Amino acid sequence: MADITADIAPGPTAGSSDPAAGRLTTADGQPLARALARAQARSRRRALLLVAPLLLFVLITFVVPIGQMLYRSVHNDAFARNMPNLAIWFADHPAGTEPDEAAFAALAADLQKARADKTAGEVGTRINYEISGTRSLFTSSARNADDLQPPYRESVLALDEDWGDPRLWQVMRGASTAYTASFYLAALDLTRDETGAIARVEENRRVYVRLFVKTLALSALITGICLMLGFPVAHLLAVLPLARSNLLMILVLLPFWTSLLVRTTSWMVLLQEQGVINNMLVAGGVIDDGSRIRMMYNQAGTIIAMVHILLPFMILPLYSVMRPINPSYVRAARSLGATSWTAFRRVYLPQTLPGIGAGSLLVFILAVGYYITPALVGGASGQLISNLIAYHMQDSLNWSMAAALAAILLAIVLMLYWLYDRLIGIDNMKLG
Amino acid sequence: MTAQPAAASADGAFVEFDRVQKSYDGETLVVKDLNLQIGKGEFLTMLGPSGSGKTTCLMMLAGFETATHGEIRLGGRPINSVPPHKRGIGMVFQNYALFPHMSVAENLAFPLEVRGLGKAEREAKILRALDMVQMGRFASRRPSQLSGGQQQRIALARALVFDPELVLMDEPLGALDKQLREHMQFEIKRLHDQLGITVVYVTHDQGEALTMSDRVAVFNDGRIQQLAPPAELYERPKNSFVAQFIGENNKLPGTVEEFGEDRAVVRLASGEVIDATPVNIRSKGQQTLVSIRPERVEFKPEMMPAGAHTLDAEVVEVIYMGDIFRTRLKVAGSDDFVMKCRNTLGQTRLVPGQHVRIGWHPQDARALDPL
Repeated sequence: MADITADIAPGPTAGSSDPAAGRLTTADGQPLARALARAQARSRRRALLLVAPLLLFVLITFVVPIGQMLYRSVHNDAFARNMPNLAIWFADHPAGTEPDEAAFAALAADLQKARADKTAGEVGTRINYEISGTRSLFTSSARNADDLQPPYRESVLALDEDWGDPRLWQVMRGASTAYTASFYLAALDLTRDETGAIARVEENRRVYVRLFVKTLALSALITGICLMLGFPVAHLLAVLPLARSNLLMILVLLPFWTSLLVRTTSWMVLLQEQGVINNMLVAGGVIDDGSRIRMMYNQAGTIIAMVHILLPFMILPLYSVMRPINPSYVRAARSLGATSWTAFRRVYLPQTLPGIGAGSLLVFILAVGYYITPALVGGASGQLISNLIAYHMQDSLNWSMAAALAAILLAIVLMLYWLYDRLIGIDNMKLG
Repeated sequence: MTAQPAAASADGAFVEFDRVQKSYDGETLVVKDLNLQIGKGEFLTMLGPSGSGKTTCLMMLAGFETATHGEIRLGGRPINSVPPHKRGIGMVFQNYALFPHMSVAENLAFPLEVRGLGKAEREAKILRALDMVQMGRFASRRPSQLSGGQQQRIALARALVFDPELVLMDEPLGALDKQLREHMQFEIKRLHDQLGITVVYVTHDQGEALTMSDRVAVFNDGRIQQLAPPAELYERPKNSFVAQFIGENNKLPGTVEEFGEDRAVVRLASGEVIDATPVNIRSKGQQTLVSIRPERVEFKPEMMPAGAHTLDAEVVEVIYMGDIFRTRLKVAGSDDFVMKCRNTLGQTRLVPGQHVRIGWHPQDARALDPL
């Protein structure tokens, strides 16, 4: 004890504070901040080492693919790389210029090059994204490219008069630069007209915006249904004695433990027109055999199956918020003169807001990106935007389009998240 | 001994439990045949160990539990089927139950808003209630920004702000430390006197019950064991449970040897004989438990009444406690007999191993039912 006090006693003069320098120093005169940083550096390095595997994992499996996806949505050089002469002509002439002899000469040269390099298919595919049926135009023209003679304009048009289509030239101009916004435009049902101005596509080809709106609306509806169904269940779980609520909780979690595919297919068994529910209704005389209800392969099927699958994501945050709410709050409100409805609305409900927020955000975001269930039970009308993304990934092989759609989806989700933060506050969210 | 308050007066009690029974499971009774009248302006405490039914009684009065049988009346009106929000009873909860998402002022405004009071009137009442508990400066704070004692004051103010005639308190001071608890006891008592409200207070802390109440109802096993003013409860317990539950107590088991109107002689297991006052023994030869308060035990012959029986005692341990010496004695074969000697200037200092003869006034030794 005596030693310590002796060390501390001269503190003000020899150690801790030096009024002249205005900075704190250690006993041997080093700046305190630097000494502290040095003392902590070792443990900080060790801590970094511990999280390094996770950091690396996240970087490789999350940050890099998302970055690559975003890059792909604005970058596609299939045309620019393989049609260099035409790319130069487009760069030299402003949008709206009639393709002249030089342009056709460049096209002929590029088609010959494409034949030699066997890249006509690749180029055709790129243009085909925007004008269907053009892939064969490129491949067949490239096959006969060696026969092309000046004057190239007549020669090319003799090969296939589709080359005179101004819309084709417009699309080729768009594709002539590696970096392009055309996929985003397409994802928003927009295109560039002959003069290069942004315009909406024809009525019957506007699919994406409508699908985005439908996805968001359906997700909101599913979130709302989940909240309506989940709130009473979570409340019941929270007020029951622990032994019984644990049993109920297992029932809530049961869907988590079965495969998504099994769950979805069992909905198919239940809901289809020859399924269990319809059979029971017919047998019970509620409906007659001719007017069986269509609950599957349409929006209704998507909604029913997704509500079932996402319900636990609503119940769990709600439960975790409700469990610690002491019943004496509602009792206090009642004793203070509030009816049970007022007590619920003004005292109980506000305290569950963090859970409602967390559950709704979770369910909504999961629903917006849901793929497998709508694909299996959605039919034609129950498809969501993720099904279209999958289509572009797997069938049309237009990855740039898929990337643009996914990026827009990501932006919408981030925007909602931001909105949620502004309105309720992320700090107020409680997931469990 | 305080005078009996208006409670038992014939002109009708303010709160009345009439043959009330309560069962949760249909097999056992938590409250067995409760009859209790509480007078207007009275401070009545329900005291008892946990599970004795006292909180259930309070909850029935507040309306959160329904009586299985019997009638509860408030101001002469049966309230069994009146929902809690129409009873107009203020209540203070053990965990305060301040609404965490509202400020102090909003908490206090709540009962006034649901009663449809205007803004100006509300604010006046809130201000008055906050001043009453000296918390006027804290109106805009959140409950989480207050200390336990401050939250308790706000809870009190909230229970009083709508001018209820009856306020229920369910172990309101249980979570506070000792010093704060004593201070709040004083505050609650002051508010009770000042406002003239009727208070029903539930606690398991006998010190709290004795210092605050006009009357105390000691609960055990679903029944009121004794209903009496604090001094009477302490000095004249009616049965062994009350004697043992309230304050410290020496217990000497024995057999009734002589039985008279106001005096009995009890022979202990060791063969010695002591004097006692019969309380709930009926006849000679009966088993009994004689209870004596440690501070009423004397070891100096001049302090004992003439002719009283005395017992041989061996000093086992003397603990210095400042104001008293707590002396543990071996009496009648058992070494847990406690005697409290005041620490006065001329006090004889006992030492372990010393033999003394102890005695008491017969009226301080109460012959009760054997436990």
